[in-house]
Amino acid sequence: MSALTFTLKKDLIQKLDVSPLTPDLLADKTHAEIASTLLWYGKKQIAAGEAFAITGIDTNKIVFDQSTSKIDHIGTGLKTGKITVNGHAGAFLAFNMSNGNITVNGNVADFAASGMAGGLLQINGNVGDYLGAAIIGDRKGMKGGIVIVKGNAGERTGDQMRRGIILIEGNVGTYCASRMLAGTIGVLGNVGEYVGYGMRRGTLILTKTPKLHATIQDCGTHTLPFLSLMFKSFSDLPSKFAQMNQNRAQRFAGDISNDGKGEILVLR
Amino acid sequence: MIINGVQIDDTFAEAFNMRGTRVIITAQNHKWAYNAANAMTGFATSVIGCGVEAGIERELGPEETPDGRPGVAILMFAMGSSVLMKQLENRMGQTILTCPTAAAFSGIDGNERINLGKNLRFFGDGFQTSKQFGGKRYWRVPVMDGEFITEETTGMVRAVGGGNFLVLAASQPQALAACEAAIEAMRKIPNVIMPFPGGVVRSGSKVGSKYKTMFASTNDAFCPTLKGITDTQLSEDIESVMEIVIDGLTDKDIRKATYVGIKAACELGAENGIKRISAGNYGGKLGQFQFHLRDIMNDKSLSGESE
Repeated sequence: MSALTFTLKKDLIQKLDVSPLTPDLLADKTHAEIASTLLWYGKKQIAAGEAFAITGIDTNKIVFDQSTSKIDHIGTGLKTGKITVNGHAGAFLAFNMSNGNITVNGNVADFAASGMAGGLLQINGNVGDYLGAAIIGDRKGMKGGIVIVKGNAGERTGDQMRRGIILIEGNVGTYCASRMLAGTIGVLGNVGEYVGYGMRRGTLILTKTPKLHATIQDCGTHTLPFLSLMFKSFSDLPSKFAQMNQNRAQRFAGDISNDGKGEILVLR
Repeated sequence: MIINGVQIDDTFAEAFNMRGTRVIITAQNHKWAYNAANAMTGFATSVIGCGVEAGIERELGPEETPDGRPGVAILMFAMGSSVLMKQLENRMGQTILTCPTAAAFSGIDGNERINLGKNLRFFGDGFQTSKQFGGKRYWRVPVMDGEFITEETTGMVRAVGGGNFLVLAASQPQALAACEAAIEAMRKIPNVIMPFPGGVVRSGSKVGSKYKTMFASTNDAFCPTLKGITDTQLSEDIESVMEIVIDGLTDKDIRKATYVGIKAACELGAENGIKRISAGNYGGKLGQFQFHLRDIMNDKSLSGESE
């Protein structure tokens, strides 16, 4: 069966919220029902058929073609199935996703993977600020699952992240892992200033020693067997992290102004 | 039934329902994995006095373990789930947590999960951290040699304990040689352990005793020095009897181990003083399983070596 494909045909001026277009919400719906699904477009609602040319029938595999950063909430609450985005994605990608698989062949805006609790999100381009962070008013960010970013990530990556794994092959902006509660973030490139600011628990894995503020303290270089366990679990992932197997790292602990149980591991 | 001059008695071993689990212990090298595993499975010969019966199942190469280090798989059996859980946690805390470089992981799936390192984490006094990879939760506990790693839980399955056979020989060295040959062959069978020292037990017991406080006492019918004064099971030419007890994950595993063990013992044959193979039972009244020796030795499907 061919994938259910939404090809953008409208020149979007406002943001378009496509949260109703997920495999579990569209399952068993006819083509006409899918086309008449109402989507918020700015402050009014429009039918999905007005924004997209809709082809294909397999609701378990959804494709957004010619997608732009005006399309928000792709894969919100995703529970099952696969979504592929060809082009860019807007804010709140994979918001509260609990399972399934999302791949974006382009760049992604802010608050991707916010509230994500399971599944796999693969971003083949860059991603904006607040990746895996909590939305305003929430006290916890990402709660599970795996996010792979091939490009760079913006500021506040993993802010208040609670659980799960974020693997970034490129660089990350300032305040990476700020106020992090738990979970794992890996960065192969550089990170900006104030890394681990207010970090409570959790692990940030880096390959280069960043500039650290005074409340993150050096605990020395160690061989950590859990790293072998972790990298082994990454071995099937479509990421450069799959080839890694170091288990020796310099351990910086902090932020001691906020309990200090977090760690920044710089691989040696 | 006679194999290579050795008589196989028309009798059966009586075995019981047990609860079992497998734990994978890894360390910097096999030497330290064995140090940990030997301690963890030490003093675990019989549920009567030790709570659990445990032993090393086999050695694991680095490619077979979760953390890519050399390891050892151990099996542990108990009569009930609560005893198994308690013993596992106690033994983990005193032997794996304490052993340099050692780590412990679940070695078996199962609907029922029991604590492996779940409560040991509190040794970390707040510095412990949890990590979840591939749907499994691990604990990292800071210790003086670095970090102690353990999986949170392991699986618990229904298992079988108390499979056995007796080797009756013309002398003590000959009985021991036959048992050593049997154990060497049986250790290649997966899913079983022989919990007694070196896999062999010399103090087989009967139910009851002349002393009120004793539930079990020496099996005088098989004691060679009492041949003249008890209702003996031994003929004149038998001077020593030794037993091999087998615990396994399934009755099929025990059948296979019994077959391989008896075959190896019989290969020494009558010319090496091996006279008879028998088995221990309670008249079939107590155990849920019966392993009839002649059935097992006639079962051609068991002749394949380890899986």
